[in-house]
Amino acid sequence: MTATTHDHSDHSHEAHHQKGFVERWLMSTNHKDIGTLYITMAVIGACVGGVLSIIMRQQLMYPHNNIITSGAAWNAIITAHGLIMIFWFVMPALIGGFGNWFVPMMIGAPDMAFPRLNNMSFWFLAAGFVFVMIGLLLGNGAGAGWTLYPPLDNAQYSPGMATDFSLFSLHLAGISSLLGAINFIATILNMRAPGMTMHKMPLFCWAILVTAFLLLLAIPVLAGAITMLIMDRNFGTSFFEPSGGGDPVLFQHLFWFFGHPEVYIMILPAFGIISHVVSTFSRKPIFGYLGMAYAMVVIGFVGFIVWAHHMFVSAISTDSKVYFEVATLVIAVPTGIKIFSWIATMWGGSIEFKTPMLWAIGFIFLFVIGGATGVVLANAGLDQELHNDYFLIAHFHYVLSMGAAFAVFAGFYYWIGKMTGHPYPEFWGKVHFWTFFIGVNLTFFPMHFLGLAGMPRRYPDYADAFAGWNYVSSIGSIISGVSTLVFFYVLYAVFTSKESLADNYWGEGATTLEWAVPSPAPHHTFEDVPVIR
Amino acid sequence: MSSPAHSATDQIKGTVPHPYHLVNPSILPLCGGVAAMTTFAGIIVAAHLHSFVLLGIGLLFVVSTMFVWWRDVVSEARTPGLHKVITQVGLRYGMALFITSEVMFFVSFFWNYFNYFFFPEKMGTAFAPVWPPQGVTTIDPFAIPLFNTMVLLLSGTTITWAHHSLLEGDNKNTVRGLAVTVMLGLMFLCGQAWEYTHSPFPFYHGGIFASSFFIATGFHGVHVIVGTVFLTVCLFRAMKGQFTPQRHFGFEAAAWYWHFVDVVWLFLFVCIYFLGRSAIVAG
Repeated sequence: MTATTHDHSDHSHEAHHQKGFVERWLMSTNHKDIGTLYITMAVIGACVGGVLSIIMRQQLMYPHNNIITSGAAWNAIITAHGLIMIFWFVMPALIGGFGNWFVPMMIGAPDMAFPRLNNMSFWFLAAGFVFVMIGLLLGNGAGAGWTLYPPLDNAQYSPGMATDFSLFSLHLAGISSLLGAINFIATILNMRAPGMTMHKMPLFCWAILVTAFLLLLAIPVLAGAITMLIMDRNFGTSFFEPSGGGDPVLFQHLFWFFGHPEVYIMILPAFGIISHVVSTFSRKPIFGYLGMAYAMVVIGFVGFIVWAHHMFVSAISTDSKVYFEVATLVIAVPTGIKIFSWIATMWGGSIEFKTPMLWAIGFIFLFVIGGATGVVLANAGLDQELHNDYFLIAHFHYVLSMGAAFAVFAGFYYWIGKMTGHPYPEFWGKVHFWTFFIGVNLTFFPMHFLGLAGMPRRYPDYADAFAGWNYVSSIGSIISGVSTLVFFYVLYAVFTSKESLADNYWGEGATTLEWAVPSPAPHHTFEDVPVIR
Repeated sequence: MSSPAHSATDQIKGTVPHPYHLVNPSILPLCGGVAAMTTFAGIIVAAHLHSFVLLGIGLLFVVSTMFVWWRDVVSEARTPGLHKVITQVGLRYGMALFITSEVMFFVSFFWNYFNYFFFPEKMGTAFAPVWPPQGVTTIDPFAIPLFNTMVLLLSGTTITWAHHSLLEGDNKNTVRGLAVTVMLGLMFLCGQAWEYTHSPFPFYHGGIFASSFFIATGFHGVHVIVGTVFLTVCLFRAMKGQFTPQRHFGFEAAAWYWHFVDVVWLFLFVCIYFLGRSAIVAG
């Protein structure tokens, strides 16, 4: 960047070179450093959540296994696994991490709209992680599942402080997301460089914008619901207590009014990353740009009016089932627009199978499988049969553990050179992809069969008849675990690499503004307003 | 990306410095995170171990962090050249979005209320399907609640009086308008406090009507307290002459927030106090 005479930024620019550890990482007001903090949080969250999942798969490897002997411990582990993977892995990686790093750069802004608020969002999330870990480890642990349904976590069935810590961890993570959402919306609407109209804005920014609106409108409803839950537990109210006239199903409505937008909160940023990667490595502009942008807007809108499809077995009326089933199936339309436009982008392109592209194509392939089982589950009648068994587990892990996680890795391999200035080792990146691809498919594909055969979810044991596929699934989880070690080697190789990279190391396919600045991106970018044609 | 593609190499390196306000490194965000964590841990400890020490420390920490943070924001806003027009617009976005999220927070409590108001059978078979539940004597909507409604509506006009005076550069009447608004806010809070202490139904184990009533009106009351503090800060700033007819976003944000609190009250009054009243009401 050219040096500027701008007083304030000059000051902080200078300060950067003398910044000690405390000032840089504990007092940061820089979107890139805060993004790095978020990514660090995501790595820690993924490790903890991943280790919990391997422990669970070890227990389920053989019937009547004795690794986890207490049901309460099992419940605490599934609860913590779900909460941590959602709130402390996927969201901080995609929104806090890549969103912070690249949204300001892509729109040509020097930073986020509210830099201090941005940092506080991160510290709220870190505080929440402390709480969720206390919830896992204190006493019997918080064991109501990530959906937190009463009466499972009321004062009678989950006494003790652990469940309160888990509930407050969601308050902390929720406030973090809410403040982050306000920050992203203000940044994207107010700080685009001249010439960057909404209809020229990169799709990742569109994805983050829609995600931020979902967070803004959904998180406060969750906050209300868990506030009522905490009051029921501790302060003698009866919102969800039938003895006082309360209605436990109401909690499910409130929870899923947040919970369904939440699944799009996790997958829309992934859609954004995949669009960039597919376009870059096909050396073609994305097919149907406007359709892609507005498909995300439609997904976001429809995401708010389908929540009770999570409650088909919660005694909702037949009329409600009909409505929620049909509304849910409608989501296949904008999602189809996304999938077909990615394929059309690749069509006739000069495709290069670099590691990020492998993850992106893996994403498309596996997300379609998860989407297809989603169409199955959207049918209220079928869902009655499949809801609380492993078919459902397989479905949402195909869209999350493969969908969202594959997009996290696609983004990582796509941008790590821009973030560190060093290339990743292509060979080991591909080893990571293929081992992970095999591992997760081996883990989750058999779960479809287990579910169709009737194996219920959330138990630490199962009938002998389910032994075969459970064994296969557990082998898969070990492969994914080993694959993650390959990822850590890649990380090590990146940070010890002596090689440096050009501004735009992907070549002509990469056209967004982050490729116009050096690699690694300097501490401050776009201190002079870029002009977009 | 895309057909509107401006390839990275196409973009012209600018020569104009950006107009935004980038802040210096600050320890306050970390303080905010630790303060929130301490407060929430304090609530848990208070509920389970009946010690309020941690909660007190946490709240003190929260309030002092907020105080220092906003003192910094005010002094930055008053430093010429830091908050240019586009930064002021950004702050407007921020406040409007924050209020939007607050609306959704209240949606959850109204959702809870309407769940039983429209479907009283959801109270379960142990209760007669009527709302308010049998045996509940409610507060007379035309006693203190109507009075409080008038107080809040009046405060909405006095804040507008202050706003118009501000726009016309009449600082004396701005201060007067704000002072009256703060007084009305306090008057409302006194009314609520009297109502709570004389409530015909108890909060603790009072059943679903009491729970729904107290959480909705209680969180509204908390927002009135926050709004009153916000207006009080504006009052002091107006007395110091910090607002000009051109620049007074702190005041406007307080006014927006106050109107939001006002509108929530109108819904509470109509839906809970009036439509949810029992045949026999307590004066």
